[in-house]
Amino acid sequence: MDEHKQHDNHGAVLPSAQALRRLAISESGFVFDPMSGHHFTVNETGLEILRYLQKYQDLDELLALLGQEYSAGTRELERDVLEFAGMLRKFVGD
Amino acid sequence: MASIDLTVAITGMNARADNPGPGVAVARCLRDAPEFTGRIIGLGYDALDPGLYLREYCDSAYLLPYPSAGDEAFMTSLRAIHESEKIDIILPCLDAELPGMVRLTPQFDEMGIRYFLPTPEQLRLRNKDRLPELARHAGIHCPEIKTVTHSGFFYQCQEEGWSYPMVVKGLFYGAHIVHNADQAADAFREIAAQWGYPVLVQRMVEGEEYNLTAVCDGSGSMLGEVMMKKMAVTDKGKAWSGVSIFDQTLYDASAALIKAINWRGPLEVEVMRDNTGHYQLIEINPRFPAWIYLSAGVGRNLPLILLQLILGEELAPLPAARPGVLFIRHALENIVQQSEFEAVIMNGGQHLNPLPGAEPVVTADETTAQPSRNKP
Repeated sequence: MDEHKQHDNHGAVLPSAQALRRLAISESGFVFDPMSGHHFTVNETGLEILRYLQKYQDLDELLALLGQEYSAGTRELERDVLEFAGMLRKFVGD
Repeated sequence: MASIDLTVAITGMNARADNPGPGVAVARCLRDAPEFTGRIIGLGYDALDPGLYLREYCDSAYLLPYPSAGDEAFMTSLRAIHESEKIDIILPCLDAELPGMVRLTPQFDEMGIRYFLPTPEQLRLRNKDRLPELARHAGIHCPEIKTVTHSGFFYQCQEEGWSYPMVVKGLFYGAHIVHNADQAADAFREIAAQWGYPVLVQRMVEGEEYNLTAVCDGSGSMLGEVMMKKMAVTDKGKAWSGVSIFDQTLYDASAALIKAINWRGPLEVEVMRDNTGHYQLIEINPRFPAWIYLSAGVGRNLPLILLQLILGEELAPLPAARPGVLFIRHALENIVQQSEFEAVIMNGGQHLNPLPGAEPVVTADETTAQPSRNKP
């Protein structure tokens, strides 16, 4: 995977990688925003998505990666990822 | 860094759980600093101020007359304390003290007591009734503030474009969120009775509260800033827990405010982040906040930095304040012997720890009335 790839095909729905990169993310799933002081927790899947979005902004690629790991259909995955992305955007004030 | 072996008098030893003064926390910061080897004199206004009995933080403790008693009464008390304790530095920690302390600096100079205080003009510029003007100058939002001299305002304020809820405030202390005219009139009368006029009203800002504290050198620079988001508050809106943060926008806004008034001394900037993400200036307090111990927790012991500034020491580069450090306040009961309480009531103070070179004093109560020994 190209670390510098910045597809912005879903820029309107995904939180910006720049905003997400400031987050302190613990392996336990505890996430802290040092700018706002907010915190929240994510499960293993959320952690994986969050780490991906810190580097890339390619929703199609993210869905493809998740599709290889989970048995859910693409539409279901997309719905869940977009819901999670919306929560992240709200969290980081993006 | 050279050790600081001086006697420091700290005011604001009140520490009620719902609205603690900063004095105990300032003393705790100094006590925690290996560089500080001096004595701490706690100064309070009420015999029930908890800091007056905390020997882990204060070596001696005394009562002062309330600022409303006037400068002469204050100086008479301070001179008597100075006679016994030889105060080197005084650190006022309460808003209401500042105007008097600033006025009295020539007397402090005569007594050889050092301080680090703003000028009267600097103090005036950050008055609550001047905030909107200052905020405009510094480029930060600020909710409208109006001076009110009669409670009748609250029954016709809608005609002037004001709506409930709003905040009724005293010039120095006190802030009540009110939801209707009757509540507002009650708050107005309470604040006027306690703190005098003018009484202020401020438009309510919905959002989250953030605070910044720092020490300022009087040339427009802000040193050692520490920022905090309140995570839990008391009924009076005071922080019960908080977490350190770093936000460049809050830093820039605070730096601009400080530059605008060339503030000298410690201060606290209180802002709300409104629902659109903008910071709204709520208050600038002319002293350390009660949560100042967080500064030691993030590696920037601001009361120690203040002492270094007073002594003209060169400040070492400060480590970056660590975001993500929490404080969680708690209440505990300090056991106070009747003899200690009596000393404060009858003599206006007491030595909590022996003076240097003196034999420790053991009173009859201390030998017979330890709580653990009272068990049957």
